[in-house]
Amino acid sequence: MRALRSILLALALLAPVAAGAVQPEEVMKDPTLERRARAISSGLRCLVCQNQSIDDSDAPLARDLRLIVRERLRQGDDDDAVLHYVVQRYGEFVLLRPVVAWHTALLWLTPVLVVGLGGLALFAASRRRKATPPRALSAAEEAAVADLVRRAESR
Amino acid sequence: MLIEVGHYALALALALSLTQMVMPVWASRTGDPVLRSITVPAALATFACIAFAFGALTYAHVTSDFSVQNVVENSHSMKPLIYKISGVWGNHEGSMLLWVLILALFGAVVALARNSVPPILRANTLGVQAAITAVFLLFILVTSNPFSRLNPAPVEGRDLNPLLQDPGLAIHPPLLYLGYVGFSISFAFAIAALIEGRIDAAWARAVRPWTLAAWCFLTVGIAMGSYWAYYELGWGGWWFWDPVENASLMPWLAGTALVHSTVVMEKRDALKVWTVLLAILTFSLSLLGTFLVRSGVLTSVHTFATDPTRGTFILGILVLFIGGSLALYAWRAPTLRQGGLFAPISREGALVMNNLFLSAACATVLVGTLYPLALESLTGEKISVGPPFFNLTFLPLAVPLLLVVPFGQTLAWKRGDLAAASQRLFIGFALALAITLLAIAVTWGGPVGAPLGIGLGAYLILGAALEIVTRARGKTVGLSLRRAAGLPRSAWGTALAHAGVGITVIGIAAQAWSVESLATIQRGGELRAGPYVAVLEGVLPRTGPNYTETVAHLTIREGGDPVGVIEPGKRFYASRNMSVSEAGLLTLGVSQVYASVGETGTDGSVGIRLYYKPLVLLIWLGAVVMALGGGLSLTDRRFRVGAPALRPAVRDTAGPVPPHSVPAE
Repeated sequence: MRALRSILLALALLAPVAAGAVQPEEVMKDPTLERRARAISSGLRCLVCQNQSIDDSDAPLARDLRLIVRERLRQGDDDDAVLHYVVQRYGEFVLLRPVVAWHTALLWLTPVLVVGLGGLALFAASRRRKATPPRALSAAEEAAVADLVRRAESR
Repeated sequence: MLIEVGHYALALALALSLTQMVMPVWASRTGDPVLRSITVPAALATFACIAFAFGALTYAHVTSDFSVQNVVENSHSMKPLIYKISGVWGNHEGSMLLWVLILALFGAVVALARNSVPPILRANTLGVQAAITAVFLLFILVTSNPFSRLNPAPVEGRDLNPLLQDPGLAIHPPLLYLGYVGFSISFAFAIAALIEGRIDAAWARAVRPWTLAAWCFLTVGIAMGSYWAYYELGWGGWWFWDPVENASLMPWLAGTALVHSTVVMEKRDALKVWTVLLAILTFSLSLLGTFLVRSGVLTSVHTFATDPTRGTFILGILVLFIGGSLALYAWRAPTLRQGGLFAPISREGALVMNNLFLSAACATVLVGTLYPLALESLTGEKISVGPPFFNLTFLPLAVPLLLVVPFGQTLAWKRGDLAAASQRLFIGFALALAITLLAIAVTWGGPVGAPLGIGLGAYLILGAALEIVTRARGKTVGLSLRRAAGLPRSAWGTALAHAGVGITVIGIAAQAWSVESLATIQRGGELRAGPYVAVLEGVLPRTGPNYTETVAHLTIREGGDPVGVIEPGKRFYASRNMSVSEAGLLTLGVSQVYASVGETGTDGSVGIRLYYKPLVLLIWLGAVVMALGGGLSLTDRRFRVGAPALRPAVRDTAGPVPPHSVPAE
């Protein structure tokens, strides 16, 4: 499985693979800004690779995006403004964390729905069970039980 | 010639598995037990034929027979022998052949197994298994023939993708497939039970070893893949929520639920209808994973169109097996009798909770993986669902699940006492809390999540240990030890597996403390990550068997003293005109220092990325411990003997949780 992933990865990059994504010269001087830049770019998808964030990707386009993110931060944008800026240009596809909206409602609600509905089903099942009480012992069985008890006591 | 014989052997295997599929049906019509017994030799012969075909392809790869297209596309005469062998399954055709080989292997083992599977159940199971084998053989023969020839044969092959030239590839796919495909046995058993209309504790006992074995292989397989990605892809991550990874995680989650629900079924005859459904779903998810990966549909909707035959064929298989089995389930399940009642607070209750949360986690991964695909084909909107989504949704499901684990072990069957259980786990709570507070104090100002995660992991390990301690405790130490040794192996296995989960949790949590640093340094330059400093001693060229390499020679120092040397490099494979980075790893206890190289400048400078990853090895060690626990359970007496235990188990009298004292039937 991993094999294919790696193939796809390599094919997608096409260009020779180099280790490391963020290059030293891209790093911002202000460590706080750099930390924010890293956080933002790890949530942005590289458009030309398979399921990599621009923070992890070696593709030139990812590098451009990283530089854009850093440039916006340098201009004084807050994190949301940077994300907004990138989404405006590249679409929602770049967000690795999908927005919460109507078209993603089912996606975000899946865990809640499964736990909720599953719990409800379990509750209903246990109620149904209680509604049908176990069959009472027949007269013969009662007698057998009484007999056993008597024998145990007399021992 | 051998190649053609191999091809023919595959066709023969198809015929054999069709026979094996039809015989049990015919036998149930005529009532002739001889027809039914044909399934056993047929299963063995199918395996022999597929093994021969696989051997033929391996031979072609090892001898670099470039008249075979598959070899040309994936091999090179200069390639080291191990990669010539692992290259057999490093491509689509070969990996599908490995898939059916393992499928047939499981079939053969079921045919030979000496445990007390009722003969009709065994024959029907082998019949269902043969149906799966037949369809996949057909898939290989029709769309993915690994034996097609090239004429004229080229002088040299195109080599295997350098990323795949790694020992990881030699081990990872076979392990993963043993897991994936192993669930086919649980599936076949479920279908056989539905056909027969009979399902009881004997069924659960028959199916449980297979599920457990498959689960162990899948656990190690996934861990192996994760470690491979960690050191091969070069940016230090160990799980990427990549669709291909998710494809293997989904059967694992469902399989974990299945392992637990079969326990309930075996001991208490409850949850039957659900267990059968889970067995069907687990293998369906394996099939879905195969489809997603093999059809390329995940890469994008458009690559699906580049090779529509394969994709459509697997989609057909998917519809046939998932649709067919679910239809059969809907038809037959209502006739299954529900067994054993239990109170919500009981071991069964805890295991139901386990199943609920694992199913929810599995559904979340499934929906998250497929949602972008579905949305794009329905509305044309393109969105991505990446790691932030999965981390955000997975964690709230995993934490309550893990909190319940020690309780599940402590509570009694049928009706448990929560207060008593809490009391028995109290020491565990207290110690875990102390460890959490200690971790917070030591790493004051650091990330908050990490100490909490460490505490959770410690709680799991302590809970597992407490379970053994309470069950074994006697008047004297000697008696306690004797009792501990006398505990059923499945009890030890459970404790070990749960402790393994704790170990993995600690490893994952500790990654919040990992440090990364990045710089371009000259010879003699330094780079610091956490307590370690890397000094660049030089950059040297090196030649491998089929590549040339630039290696950065780094000495790792801690407080001035050298603790080791790492040599991350960048390999260039001329045959594919591709470079691959090789991370350099220095293991210190269970922590690692990790380095990879980036661009090399003309002035001898080199970009180095250095990580300090505390306790990182625990992530995979924990998985290995989990699998060992599963393996230990497999050696439990009742699986070796197979027959339901008739005599009451005397050993369990020490503990308030006597699983054996509840008759299985």
